[in-house]
Amino acid sequence: MPLAPDLAGREFPPTPPYDVSRSQIAAFADAIGADDPLHRDPEAAKAAGHPDVIAPPTFPIVVAFQAMTAFMADPDVGIELRNVVHSDQRFEVDRPIRAGDVLTAVISVESVRQAAGTALISTRSLIRTVDGEAVCTAYATLAHRAPEGD
Amino acid sequence: MASLKPDVSPEPAQFRVRRSDLVRYAGASGDFNPIHWSQRVATEVGLPGVIAHGMYTLGLAGRAVAEWAGGADRVVELGGRFTKPVVVPDDESGVVVEVAGEVKPTDTAGRLRIDLTVTCGEQKVLGMARAVVVHDG
Repeated sequence: MPLAPDLAGREFPPTPPYDVSRSQIAAFADAIGADDPLHRDPEAAKAAGHPDVIAPPTFPIVVAFQAMTAFMADPDVGIELRNVVHSDQRFEVDRPIRAGDVLTAVISVESVRQAAGTALISTRSLIRTVDGEAVCTAYATLAHRAPEGD
Repeated sequence: MASLKPDVSPEPAQFRVRRSDLVRYAGASGDFNPIHWSQRVATEVGLPGVIAHGMYTLGLAGRAVAEWAGGADRVVELGGRFTKPVVVPDDESGVVVEVAGEVKPTDTAGRLRIDLTVTCGEQKVLGMARAVVVHDG
């Protein structure tokens, strides 16, 4: 199945609310070995002006990844998951994600470029709290190799 | 507190990456793609072996930037292109990823850009990797 021709400019429904806990932030920080006290010590976070512990700068990928996964699984999009490579990723931070946030992401396709049998799909995921506060914009390019026979 | 200055390079950071780190990252991030933990699947899809999540490598870059900048809350922009895979062997020593940075001024007051060079062995593994950090100096 080919990619949907009208993919560029399309926006997809918000991801289900994602609750961010202190434990998840600590587990993510542990996984990349980040020992910044802002990830684990609520008092240190408060002293730095945050209401609670904050997540490492790449933590928004957890929510962005859910948006990308749902987008790629959408049968109208025409992506075959095994043909996709995550080719780049960039985050623009409005404010650090913190424990207690309830987040949702809205993914949209900014552009689709064809290069040597590969479609480069540029996406933007706006990550907000369920109250509408912007926390991060995550930009990802997904490289989709044309399935054989197309 | 770190004090970054334009055109002064911070001390490069080295991070050892083992298979167990990838399994831990898979759990913490929710990315369970088997190319990051199964030798069988990785070689079936033509990779030389199990590779680190691109986001794991970018996460290490973010950790280095946060340490240089004096806190994770100082990183306002971070990104890169996943140009070469980081192949992680199934042994105790793993591989070492190095993150080096060059600090540049920006047009925005209180912001510095850090151009990142992220390597594994002699190989650059991220392309166009850069961060923007808040800076009070």
